[in-house]
Amino acid sequence: MDKYLGDDDKTARFEAMAMPHLDAAYNLARWLTRNQHDADDLVQSAYLRAFRFADGFRGGDVRAWLLTIVRHTYYSTLRDGQAQRGDISFDEALHGDGDDSADPAAIAASRDTGRTVNAALAQLPQAFREVLVLKEMDDLSYKQIAEVTETPIGTVMSRLARARKQLLAYLKHGEQDGI
Amino acid sequence: MESKHSQEKLSAYLDAELDAADRARVEAHLSGCGECTAALAQLEALRGRVAAEAQRHAAPEYLKHRIHAALRAEPAGTPAPRTPPRTSSRTWPWAWINLGLAGAMTAAFAVTLTLYLGQPSADDRLEQELVSSHFRSLMPDHLADVASTDQHTVKPWFAGKLDYSPPVYDLAAQGYALIGGRLDYLQQRPVAALAYRHRLHIVNLYIWPDASGHASTPQAGMRQGFHLLRWTQDGMRYSAVSDINPQDLAQFAALLRQKVAQADAQ
Repeated sequence: MDKYLGDDDKTARFEAMAMPHLDAAYNLARWLTRNQHDADDLVQSAYLRAFRFADGFRGGDVRAWLLTIVRHTYYSTLRDGQAQRGDISFDEALHGDGDDSADPAAIAASRDTGRTVNAALAQLPQAFREVLVLKEMDDLSYKQIAEVTETPIGTVMSRLARARKQLLAYLKHGEQDGI
Repeated sequence: MESKHSQEKLSAYLDAELDAADRARVEAHLSGCGECTAALAQLEALRGRVAAEAQRHAAPEYLKHRIHAALRAEPAGTPAPRTPPRTSSRTWPWAWINLGLAGAMTAAFAVTLTLYLGQPSADDRLEQELVSSHFRSLMPDHLADVASTDQHTVKPWFAGKLDYSPPVYDLAAQGYALIGGRLDYLQQRPVAALAYRHRLHIVNLYIWPDASGHASTPQAGMRQGFHLLRWTQDGMRYSAVSDINPQDLAQFAALLRQKVAQADAQ
């Protein structure tokens, strides 16, 4: 009975700690997966994972810790063909700004939506989109982004600069096209 | 400010992520650079647009319930897997692999550069050949195939042995006595070699046709204690090698160039 209570207690403590950041986790999941269904599954498995590892959490920023797990779960379990298409982590060095990673369907879709910033963000290569989301929507520091994305700070800095440059280019291009 | 560099610095400046020194540098630069000021304004505007327009997806209500239920369905006291999530074997350590590849490429480049720089240049090889040939000619009975102090004997001797006629001048009156001629082999072709004596020293003069068609003034070189002078004149390349002092060798070259120029003028 004591043990039972202990487990309940543990679950309650975890929820108190993690549930306030569910929106942030979900937002990142949406921008990573770019669809609601996968984002639902991703956040749920990430939260279960976080729960299992909660004992190992040694304090610090809970939100950054959860975002790390969301991102990690995305890359390790939901890495299917769709996820890989937008991921540039492995060929970034070869393709300067990753200009060719834009998916024609996404560009076509963006012309219809009229939601320019969202469309342009969706077009960005995965590694650029995630740093922008973490910076602009979660307001994480470079150091936190480096921890979440498991990359050096210098890489975070250059990715952010390149992401912004590319986003500006997409927006400019989109406006010229009359989106 | 260099462009890639400035892009990153401006972006980091916008995020207030620069240290004091870098921030001061960027600010100092911004005060005098309209282009970067405009670029920074563009980045600020972009941040504003993203903040205002980019969609922040809120977790749907049903997801909260699903997670709540799933957490309670977790088997009590599930032992945590021994490996933390970061070390999943499915995630390749790309940062390290990239670093390794970059290191390997740098090393390969360094090796190539060393080999390239270590490789003797065409001039180097020629000088080496000239000195070797000169040295060989000093061995007994190697100096001349046709031993004659008469330029009118030496010059015709080359006919039929070479596909060109080397100019042969005796400079005995000026202290450089012609002592003979021989065939030699330089730069993958047979060449005329003339031997001169200056006091107790031997000067070897190599003459072969020049493909480039550019005349050049004598260039001095030194190798293994021998002095070299090389020049191109009237479509012929001349190389003089000797152990005499460089001033004498230069005098020898000047006399010879004068003779060739005179012959040309006639």
